[in-house]
Amino acid sequence: MKEKKSFLDRPSVQAVLAALICIVLGVLIGFIVLLLINPSEAFKGICSILKNYFNYPMGKICVKYFGSTLVKTSPLILCALSVCFCYKVGLFNIGAAGQYALGAGVALFCGLSLKLPWFLCVVLSAAAGALSGVLIGVLKAFRNVNEVISGIMLNWISLYCVNMLLAGVKEPTSPYTLKLQGHGNAAILPSLGLDKLFSNDKVTIAIPLSIIIAILVWFVLNKTEFGYELVATGYNKDAAKYAGMKEKKNIIVTLAIGGALAAIGASFFYLSGIAEWEVGQTSVPAMGFNGIAATFLGGLNPIGTIFSSYFIQHITDGAVFLDKTAFPSQIPDLITAIIIYLCGFMGFIRTLLHSKKKGDNR
Amino acid sequence: MSSENYAIEMLHITKRFPGIVANDDITLQLKKGEIHALLGENGAGKSTLMSVLFGLYQAEEGVIKKDGKEVKINDPNDANALGIGMVHQHFKLVQCFPVLDNIILGVEDTKNGILQKQEARKKVMDLSERYGLQIDPDAKISDITVGMQQRTEILKMLYRDNEILIFDEPTAVLTPQEIEELMQIMKHLASEGKSILFISHKLNEIMEVADRVTVLRKGKCIGTVNVKETSEAELSRMMVGRDVQLVVEKDEAHPSQTVLQVENLTMSSKRHSNNAVKNVSFDVKAGEIVCIAGIEGNGQTELVYGITGLEPVTSGKITLSGEDITNQSIRQRSLKMSHIPEDRHKHGLVLDYPLDYNIVLQRYWQPQFVNKAGILKKDEIRKYANTLIDKFDVRSGQGASTVARSMSGGNQQKAIIARELDKDHDLLVAVQPTRGLDVGAIEFIHKQLIADRDNGKAILLISLELEEVMNLSDRILVMYEGEIVGELDPKKTTVEELGLYMAGAKRNVQKGAE
Repeated sequence: MKEKKSFLDRPSVQAVLAALICIVLGVLIGFIVLLLINPSEAFKGICSILKNYFNYPMGKICVKYFGSTLVKTSPLILCALSVCFCYKVGLFNIGAAGQYALGAGVALFCGLSLKLPWFLCVVLSAAAGALSGVLIGVLKAFRNVNEVISGIMLNWISLYCVNMLLAGVKEPTSPYTLKLQGHGNAAILPSLGLDKLFSNDKVTIAIPLSIIIAILVWFVLNKTEFGYELVATGYNKDAAKYAGMKEKKNIIVTLAIGGALAAIGASFFYLSGIAEWEVGQTSVPAMGFNGIAATFLGGLNPIGTIFSSYFIQHITDGAVFLDKTAFPSQIPDLITAIIIYLCGFMGFIRTLLHSKKKGDNR
Repeated sequence: MSSENYAIEMLHITKRFPGIVANDDITLQLKKGEIHALLGENGAGKSTLMSVLFGLYQAEEGVIKKDGKEVKINDPNDANALGIGMVHQHFKLVQCFPVLDNIILGVEDTKNGILQKQEARKKVMDLSERYGLQIDPDAKISDITVGMQQRTEILKMLYRDNEILIFDEPTAVLTPQEIEELMQIMKHLASEGKSILFISHKLNEIMEVADRVTVLRKGKCIGTVNVKETSEAELSRMMVGRDVQLVVEKDEAHPSQTVLQVENLTMSSKRHSNNAVKNVSFDVKAGEIVCIAGIEGNGQTELVYGITGLEPVTSGKITLSGEDITNQSIRQRSLKMSHIPEDRHKHGLVLDYPLDYNIVLQRYWQPQFVNKAGILKKDEIRKYANTLIDKFDVRSGQGASTVARSMSGGNQQKAIIARELDKDHDLLVAVQPTRGLDVGAIEFIHKQLIADRDNGKAILLISLELEEVMNLSDRILVMYEGEIVGELDPKKTTVEELGLYMAGAKRNVQKGAE
């Protein structure tokens, strides 16, 4: 009595629908907040956030800013992948934020001080992130230290280490590191013509690479022996041990890969030359934490994170176009937060979709 | 008999779920002061019926009467108000609370918002004394035995002055001694006027303790009979719908070469500083079933952990098919050893994986299922799983893609047994392979174990069920406090004698002998 599954019944379709419903509700509630703050400007405000680069006239300039949003999306995708990968193995990698900082520090140091080419910068920064993941993993595997606690502590340690590391390559007159153009040209990511396509020299291979990595992560988790072991360990580590898997090794390897992913994200961002590191900053970059948000909005699916990361970055960038005299600049953060909060109801929304389906059957 | 003599009546209850009629016109009448057993295989509709009585489900048809008056039970609070209490199979206790707090939880007396435990303590101790339910009111749940946890659950019902007590498969988690104790408690409760519904699929317990029994099969009521006028064979026929062999048929064993040799094995304990397994030596030969009998917690679990590699050994030597495996990894051992684990949810299955992934849990890394690049051959996995599902009659909602969590316990166990028996092995370590299963499934598993023996495999069976020990084994080793205290021939011994060894009152093996 195998029932034929309808389109709406597929888990993947339901996940996407649930995410879309979260987004619509989140934007709606965000709009209500705007209404409360400044009723006359609210509709214009929410539109300009959602339009982002479409606020510019169609054409080159519009495409250029589309490119900018993509440049900032790629590190977010990787941070989200870092969190997502670990989550599938039953680990909550809040250390992604610190690993992101560490990745930024190592990439910029290698580029500016050691004058290494871009690929070495990316590889070394990934190695640094992986090492940080191993530290968390060893504590978790052998001493059962909660990875959230050690992750948060390492976030701060990483931040201050990076500040010290980059103190030597900073502009003499500002708190920012030197520009890669002129001080570390070899470290700038290649564009392969993407810069011309987008009329934006910050658009590099980081964007296609991050999408490829997302697909790779999905492939590893779902199609390989390695993924089978990792997910089994995440679901039930006693059964993993019973089946002869090295469950301690799996925990360490998972956190190492998670660390590497977040660090690669940072190297993609800073080696594109779009921004510099502020030496002496006293807060951990938000990118890693935003990765947690993107992971959940993406339905804990590596492919889903591509779209959720883009959306979050889209409205974050869109906030630039919000009338600063009418609204505080935290509005897009607020909308993202509401959406993430609603993600908590994703399971509930799925159940609703499901029961509606059942009702139709009767 | 007028209907006032019934404590509770469930008349013509029908409960449907999409695609299935879970209860089809079932009538169950519980007399005052009787022990009424509800018998049926897994999935026969016992739990649904009890959920209807407890207000968790609403029946589509039928009425429930209490003391002859029709009542509506919309939720468990209504059930409680009518004096219906239930001991669930999986206890509903707060692990980090003491016994007393668990008993009064939800019905605490307070004065100005402050708990008044003195009177509660007195009432609990009175009840405990009156019904012979020994507890320590101040011990934490996490520190006490399963038996005492169950007594806590019973006291919870009594504290709430419940008149109708439902026991949902209460003996599945108990040792033989605790079962005996529980039977006495139930009889005592009935003699004090409580009415008891006893859900079980263990025939011998029903025969011992119940007055009447209602048998369900596939959602239908097969009949209600007086226990005095029936037999185990008749009951099992009513339950399964065909004749079931209660005694396993097996030929003489033909043991040949030694497969497993354990020499002076010592394992440390996680629970106390004393060793859990003390200097144990024995061997298992190809073509025989050696059973380790004993009361739970006498070192059997640790012994198995040592042999299978789940825990490192403290000292001693383990040899499998002539190879020293004492320090080998679990994966290396698994090449020659199959292991049906004690806890199928903890070790045996990845519950959130589909059935086919669980079936290859011990061999997903073999070239048959993964290519050189490390990519799983999903088609091969599915094909292999389907073969085993057919061969071992593993039933599930969506076949090989069913998530293991949604399968019934019996079918989960069948999946594990299929996996372990089909894989290459010289030795099979089977730990309580039939725990919590119904007669039909037990019969099937016993047959499979014997077939495996007749195939020339060595089988080490660890069981708490004396009947299983006597039926299946070719040799019995009794474990008591971490030592092997007796080696017995099942044909020349009795359950009573076995019990004496298990209780430590008798021994025929010298300390650290062999």
